[in-house]
Amino acid sequence: MTAAMNARFLVGALALAAAMLASGCAVQPWVKPYERERLADPIMKFSRDALAEKHREHVHNVLEGSRGATGVQGGGCGCN
Amino acid sequence: MAGQVAGLLGGVLAAGNAVATDLPEDRAEAMYHVYEGGGVTAKGPALLVRKSLADKVSLSASYYVDAVSNASIDVVTTASPFKETRKAYDLGVDYVVRDTLLSLSIYNSDEPDYQADTVGVDVAQEIFGGMTTVSLGYSRGLDQVGKKDEGFFDSARHWNYRLGVTQILTPIWLMSVNAEAVADDGFLGNPYRVARVFGAAVPERNPRTRSSRAVKVRVIGDIGERRSVRAEYRYFWDTWDIHAHTAEVGHSRYIDVPGVVPGATAGGQKLLLDTFLRYYTQSGALFYSDNASSETEFVSRNRQLSSFNSLGLGARLSYTLAQVPGQYEIKANGAYEFKRFDYKDFTDVRTGSPFAFDAHLLQLYISATF
Repeated sequence: MTAAMNARFLVGALALAAAMLASGCAVQPWVKPYERERLADPIMKFSRDALAEKHREHVHNVLEGSRGATGVQGGGCGCN
Repeated sequence: MAGQVAGLLGGVLAAGNAVATDLPEDRAEAMYHVYEGGGVTAKGPALLVRKSLADKVSLSASYYVDAVSNASIDVVTTASPFKETRKAYDLGVDYVVRDTLLSLSIYNSDEPDYQADTVGVDVAQEIFGGMTTVSLGYSRGLDQVGKKDEGFFDSARHWNYRLGVTQILTPIWLMSVNAEAVADDGFLGNPYRVARVFGAAVPERNPRTRSSRAVKVRVIGDIGERRSVRAEYRYFWDTWDIHAHTAEVGHSRYIDVPGVVPGATAGGQKLLLDTFLRYYTQSGALFYSDNASSETEFVSRNRQLSSFNSLGLGARLSYTLAQVPGQYEIKANGAYEFKRFDYKDFTDVRTGSPFAFDAHLLQLYISATF
């Protein structure tokens, strides 16, 4: 069940990515690079400091039953 | 005329830079962290350094120490309080090719009775004129599980599959969607923990496989006057029948500091305040029981697998100590979060009441970009 579900998840993910790539051909980017100045401000980052974010994620991993999709790449829990 | 040409050239160059993927910024962080709650204290230093080479490769290394003093309810009601130290390190290489960022990382976590090694690869691709970033990631982990006086006796393997999409919505709004599937195989419990069956303590028995999914949606927006708001939601479910919801909202704003000349720092404001509120709730695993009234193949009284909810309220203050635009910036940061955990199906055997506790998270750190 696990391997089949993972394969389905991966195929779905790739299909979504392919659809997004294809849609890029039909619709033009509507926010031009020179309009993105305010998006570059530090207050517009989901997380600014990697260590602080990893520490908080580790605390949640140890205390809670759920995991994943945090947006923090790589790493591991190192806990049981 | 010359000004117009320079402006046009600048615009073209800016557009070119925005489309090509940038390497992560060179930075260094030194942190001291403290977690205290439910009889457990975990504290220690952490360091991170990231440096790029020839604008193509970025190397990163981090080191993290957790000195744990454990007198939690599980420990004090069934064993003796103990102390142990966990050390972890991360090494990473990021490589940029046109609009693609390739990342390789290794992670190691070491404590006397548990060792974890993880290797990960991530690819991020900018598309759609840089408005969309699609990322894919895969990690493979192998843990060695041990017990004091017995040594390592079993192992656990982990497979993580990640997908992320970050989308610029408008000049002031961003959103991202992340999905992650995790599969585990091996010893997935704690050799010291006991379950209760007919009121008697027995070693917990966990399934040796687990498979989970999580999807998270985040949105962040600039609401003017140098303030931003963000909201995020994550749904989690797994083959142990745990379903969890996580919701978080946050607000960030720059604060004027009397005596600081506007323009001396970015926007003339040295102080940045983040505030956030997080709510978490989960249902219990199929084989979780506070006190089982029948013999089953699997049984656990791990609080982490029970039904509970948690509320967190925190703030972070960042003060710019020194800054030379385009060269370096050094900040002093302090963050505190208060957390409350309320268990619906875990009895405090000392009082007979449902268990609850308060926790405190403290982070003090210096961060520098250069």
